[in-house]
Amino acid sequence: MNNALSVALRMTLGLAATSAVLATSSAAFAADPIRIGVIAEAQAIAGASIPQAAQLAADEINASGGVDGRKIEIVSYDNHSSSADSVRAFQRAVNEDKVNAVIASYISEVVLALEPWASRLKTPFVTPGAASNEISKSVHADYAKNKYTFHGYLTSAALALSVCDAAKDLLVEKMHMKSAVIMSEDAAWTKPLDVGYEECLPKIGLKVLDHIRFSPDTTDFTPIFNKIEGSKPDVIITGISHVGVQPTVQWKNQQVPIPMFGISSQATNETFGKDTNQAAEGVLYQGVSGPGVAVTPKSVPFAENFKKKFGNYPSYAGYTAYDEVYYIADAVKRAGSTDADKLVDALEKTDWEGTIGRVQFYGKDDPFTHSIKYGKGLITGLMLQWQDGKQSAVWPKEVAKVDIKFPSFIKLSN
Amino acid sequence: MRVFQILIDGFAISALYALGATGFTLIFGVSGVLNLSHGAIMVAAAVAAWAAASVLNVGTYAGALIGVGVALLTAFATYFAVVKPIQASRRIPNEEKEIFVLTGTLLWGIMIQEVIAYFFTNNAKTVLPIVEGVVEILGVRTPKNEIFTAIVCCLVIALLWLLVNRTRTGKAVLAASMNPRGVTLLGLELTNIYIVVWAIYGILAGIAGVLLGMFLGVSSYSVGPLTASAFSIVVLGGLGSVSGSLIAAFVVGYLETLTAYLVSPAYRTIPALLLLVFVMYIRPQGLLGRR
Repeated sequence: MNNALSVALRMTLGLAATSAVLATSSAAFAADPIRIGVIAEAQAIAGASIPQAAQLAADEINASGGVDGRKIEIVSYDNHSSSADSVRAFQRAVNEDKVNAVIASYISEVVLALEPWASRLKTPFVTPGAASNEISKSVHADYAKNKYTFHGYLTSAALALSVCDAAKDLLVEKMHMKSAVIMSEDAAWTKPLDVGYEECLPKIGLKVLDHIRFSPDTTDFTPIFNKIEGSKPDVIITGISHVGVQPTVQWKNQQVPIPMFGISSQATNETFGKDTNQAAEGVLYQGVSGPGVAVTPKSVPFAENFKKKFGNYPSYAGYTAYDEVYYIADAVKRAGSTDADKLVDALEKTDWEGTIGRVQFYGKDDPFTHSIKYGKGLITGLMLQWQDGKQSAVWPKEVAKVDIKFPSFIKLSN
Repeated sequence: MRVFQILIDGFAISALYALGATGFTLIFGVSGVLNLSHGAIMVAAAVAAWAAASVLNVGTYAGALIGVGVALLTAFATYFAVVKPIQASRRIPNEEKEIFVLTGTLLWGIMIQEVIAYFFTNNAKTVLPIVEGVVEILGVRTPKNEIFTAIVCCLVIALLWLLVNRTRTGKAVLAASMNPRGVTLLGLELTNIYIVVWAIYGILAGIAGVLLGMFLGVSSYSVGPLTASAFSIVVLGGLGSVSGSLIAAFVVGYLETLTAYLVSPAYRTIPALLLLVFVMYIRPQGLLGRR
């Protein structure tokens, strides 16, 4: 029995080894592929879109001939939302799977853990969805060491600005709201976000009455909503990503009469409607793109192709991951090489119209070095609302399709 | 106003805790099994109810029934695939069987958790409530679903009490918890009693899971905390004592609610855990424990 087993085992191992040898030798005949490692939270709503979108981009690039005849190959790893798993995946991607660049994670804690590894292993690394200011601040602080890291999504500071810009037009000018309570989860990305909110909300005319930070493990939000209602704000400004379904469903079930407006990462994914049994109705959230929203001519075709292939529209990190594969490919083409330092130089000169706007990176002397630029003509973000089971853009007015409307339990004070 | 809010919210949570912990303590009382896959079975029930109602569109009631059914099946799978083989094994010394069951059910729970995360993501799911809307009770805006949850929990616990104390099967279960050898001497097959207890347990955990899914929502991350909360309630009440668990559930439920409202939602579970440690010092057998 044992003998038979070991023979079977050896045969399998042998077969695997032979096919590995065959695979490497056949690869050597064609031009070497450009390998991009994708490390993401395959089991989380926001993270699941990352490897799928990256693969979609690679397939499209390969179908049109690749980059100077070289194919793009995506090697993906599930990190189970864990920093330790991500670090191991990063090491494996670079040392064993020989990737030329890495796209990883929407969680700031994970990205901050990977950043030193990008420096040590000298591998260009872009995050499609983490927000903490610290990611690009570290690049600024020690450029020579940390220049391999790029922040392919808005920093928390920029996110707060985007929410405030939208709130000024929608809430203050249109609905005459005057006060707000900030409700955010306790995580690395919300610390700078909350600082940004505290600073910009009063400037646009929303007085901050209270500021509630809660543990991401919270399951019962009744006491939190209760406390918020007690201070009678016109709006709840959210900063949530690790939680999303539970506060949204409880907000509806308890008929909390105050609208929610801000960052709600899980709400960016189409499956959020089903996960909350449509309790998401009326939720306003910041996004970089959305189904049917033509931020650029590339946005809608990407979202539709993604849905055709995977059955649902991508989360926010899907849009950014898709763009990242394209601009990494573009950088390889311009650099004429996959050499890490040349690739970093080329990535810094990125000027790419993607699905979320025009992507350029802040330079060495800006405080947020290697973060994507925020502003008109570049990336401004959008405000979307769940309406009739769908995500619809309500801001800025160039792309807005509908007006804001709320479920009947929301009582607007003005 | 705030007093009523705490009273009402605390009651619903406590009733749910009580229902979840009752089955857990019953199994221990009758067969000496500490089932650490408890949280996983509750989450499986809630996720199944969600999937049936929201993905397959079978409706709320059918969805809830499917959820309870899945919990029943998972409970049987736990017994037949994990617990029974360990108990029947001749290679594991008798005095080590408890620790094997503990480890086996813990691993089994992790397997269920990973399967759920793989197929349904680790984001939270919420079961569509059977009754929607809110009513004002003493000036507190209360979701009807919260009242429904409390009523169902109390009803199911009452039914369980009737079953155990007033029916023949129930009396056999009760007898087995007191003296298993005596029960076999009376000509009752102990294995049959275990199957009945696991069936009762599966249904209780299923109902608790589905109600929790409607009330607060669950994700695959809830598996650990749910097992831990049932475990601490049962230890606080006295292992194996159903009435002790009921009392402990209300103590823990209200302590948590009080902390959440009066101190901060972030510290919700801490005082209850401190109380547990304190009770372990002065009364290691728990509030109503026999040993």
